[in-house]
Amino acid sequence: MFRFWKVSASAGAALLLVFVGALLVACGGAEEEGAEERAAEEAAPVRAAFVYVSPVGDAGWTLAHDRGRQAIDALPFVETAYTESVPEGAEAERTINQYVRNGYNLIFTTSFGYMDPTINVAATAPDVTFMHCSGFKVADNVGTYFGRMYQPRYLSGIVAGMMTESNIIGYVAAHPIPEVIRGINAFALGARSVNPEAEVRVIWTQTWFDPAKEREAAESLLDVGADVIAQHQDTPGPQQAAEERGKFSIGYNEDMSSFAPAAHLTAPIWDWSVIYERVANEVNDGTWSSYQYWGGLEDGVVGLAPFNDAVPQEVRDAVEAKRAMIASGEWDVFTGPINDQDGNEIVAEGVTMSDGDMLGMRFFVEGVVGTIPESE
Amino acid sequence: MPLRLEMRLERSRRLEYLVPVLSVLLALAVSGLLLLMTGTNPLTAYGEMFSEAFGTSYGFAEVLVKATPLILCGLGVMLAFKMLFWNIGAEGQLHMGAWGATAVVMTGWDGSPWLMVPAMVVAGMICGAIWALIPAFLKVQLNCNEIITTLLLNYVAILWVAHFIYGPWKDPESFGFPMTKQFPDGAQLLRFGDSRVHLGLVFALLAAVVLYFLQEKSRWGFEIAVTGNNPTAAEYAGMNSRRNILLVMAISGGLAGLAGMSEIAGIQLKLLKDISPHAAPYGYTAIIIAWLARRNPWGVVLVSVLMGGLYVGGETVQITMKLPVNFVLIIQALILFFVLGGDILSRYKLVYRREAPIGG
Repeated sequence: MFRFWKVSASAGAALLLVFVGALLVACGGAEEEGAEERAAEEAAPVRAAFVYVSPVGDAGWTLAHDRGRQAIDALPFVETAYTESVPEGAEAERTINQYVRNGYNLIFTTSFGYMDPTINVAATAPDVTFMHCSGFKVADNVGTYFGRMYQPRYLSGIVAGMMTESNIIGYVAAHPIPEVIRGINAFALGARSVNPEAEVRVIWTQTWFDPAKEREAAESLLDVGADVIAQHQDTPGPQQAAEERGKFSIGYNEDMSSFAPAAHLTAPIWDWSVIYERVANEVNDGTWSSYQYWGGLEDGVVGLAPFNDAVPQEVRDAVEAKRAMIASGEWDVFTGPINDQDGNEIVAEGVTMSDGDMLGMRFFVEGVVGTIPESE
Repeated sequence: MPLRLEMRLERSRRLEYLVPVLSVLLALAVSGLLLLMTGTNPLTAYGEMFSEAFGTSYGFAEVLVKATPLILCGLGVMLAFKMLFWNIGAEGQLHMGAWGATAVVMTGWDGSPWLMVPAMVVAGMICGAIWALIPAFLKVQLNCNEIITTLLLNYVAILWVAHFIYGPWKDPESFGFPMTKQFPDGAQLLRFGDSRVHLGLVFALLAAVVLYFLQEKSRWGFEIAVTGNNPTAAEYAGMNSRRNILLVMAISGGLAGLAGMSEIAGIQLKLLKDISPHAAPYGYTAIIIAWLARRNPWGVVLVSVLMGGLYVGGETVQITMKLPVNFVLIIQALILFFVLGGDILSRYKLVYRREAPIGG
């Protein structure tokens, strides 16, 4: 017994030595390179850090932000870093704090749940600029940024409304928060502006990133006769479900056509480089001061992905006409008359909803089939 | 197959402690090779992880913050494992503890911390204990497999919490986001100095002391150990193993519930969805910790601090060396892999036989 132990222990020790030895040998060269690289990086006047809620490979929300990051990383005066899958809530404070401690002077926190952590850390780091995506709390060194995603949502609704034959459009919704509700309403208004018979059926998944669950939700919508599927999550699950059944789909966040080449008609998408470049330049010039940015089609921070070949010219023309009206400021999506699901008038004819009302939106417009889970 | 596993007649005590140490080292060595393949110097990475986590006062404070829920869950899981009750449900018990503590706050009570905190501790522990008693009761009455019941109840608990923060407990000023209002001052745990280290760490260390005496110095601790090692012998000796299963699980769940309570009252300061990080949830990490700690309370404290260091240091190298987030998870998984593999080798020996086994 004892002998065997000796044998296995010494075998283990030998194995370990081999590993450690191999590491030591291989490490020699890497050392100097790393040091040089770091010295070069420290020269960048803008050191921008990004805190991500999901992996960069999520194909959606975080990927869109990371494309924006890459765009400013290419600027000569900017260096960037990012952390993926940072939990929302107080855990994020440590990550944000570590960027401050490592000398980053511009920090983007890219999810709503980072709001309080961002404000808390910012209070201890007055020389660092913070930009928080989608929140509403600000400070002298904390600004917010977001895009009017409801505008391209409306345009994608036009596409869905003209392409549907069953007049049932499925919408796989994430969490019942105003941002998502606003997107559903804008989409339904778009669809019904060209097809008053169309209805938008909503299923809540209560997820941002759960490929299997989101796909199943899309399948159950297809089962009840939907022939176009739209979504608000960060995975292409619903797209794949539509592709398999030979139906159409509308993506989100990013051009998702590679996941569903036949189904994917278009997608309302983000282009965060617009705001990231602006902030990086302002911090570099020393002209930044706290503000709340909510840009739309006119800035290009939101837009539509390229159309599928299956989308006929008349649909493209209808979209283009509305796009021009929105981008020029002539008209916006939530302009009355708008009724809620029960037919009560919410916005009178000719009146446009205020930003505040849009940001707190908690009702469905006429034509949406579904309920907002709520009990207050 | 000439290679066979044969049960060892006696287990080597030295091997018992060598396996966890070796498995951590092997895990670091194998992940080091992976790092090398991505062109990163693993020694620099490990050095940086270690010096951030244990070499700076800020880093070490954050390690202790991370270790607090891990110690409490780890102790609970350890006690259950001691009598071979496979409690995989610490995650759910933690959520129920957080829920119970929040229920106290949601009554609208805004009093002195001297009253509110004890009430929240009691509520959190009771809720965690009840959640653990369900599978214990099913085991005792119906012999239901506790691995399955405890695991599945985790999802129920997480959805239970979600129901309340999406519904009746949602802060009306949160723009519809699923979270409660911030707790009043009386419901927040004392923090030490400028750091985020909070009273929960004291709870955790106290729990370790109590468990040590229960386990090592009491008659009941002896019963648990005997029941774990040989249930039949325990029955013959007149030990009431049904009662012990219920007791052990009540304590186990109570400790996980306390972890949930201290995490929201000490760190989050509100009830929200991600009270346990979804990449490496506390309740599941506690299982690795209980194995590594050799079912020893001090071991749980030590390993929890090391795991905390792995997280905090891992976050640092994500930032300074741009390593991917999954790197820490890979190290964790490798540690568990080697511990389990090592356990088999410490219980069985690998025998090489030329001749075919009898009847084979």
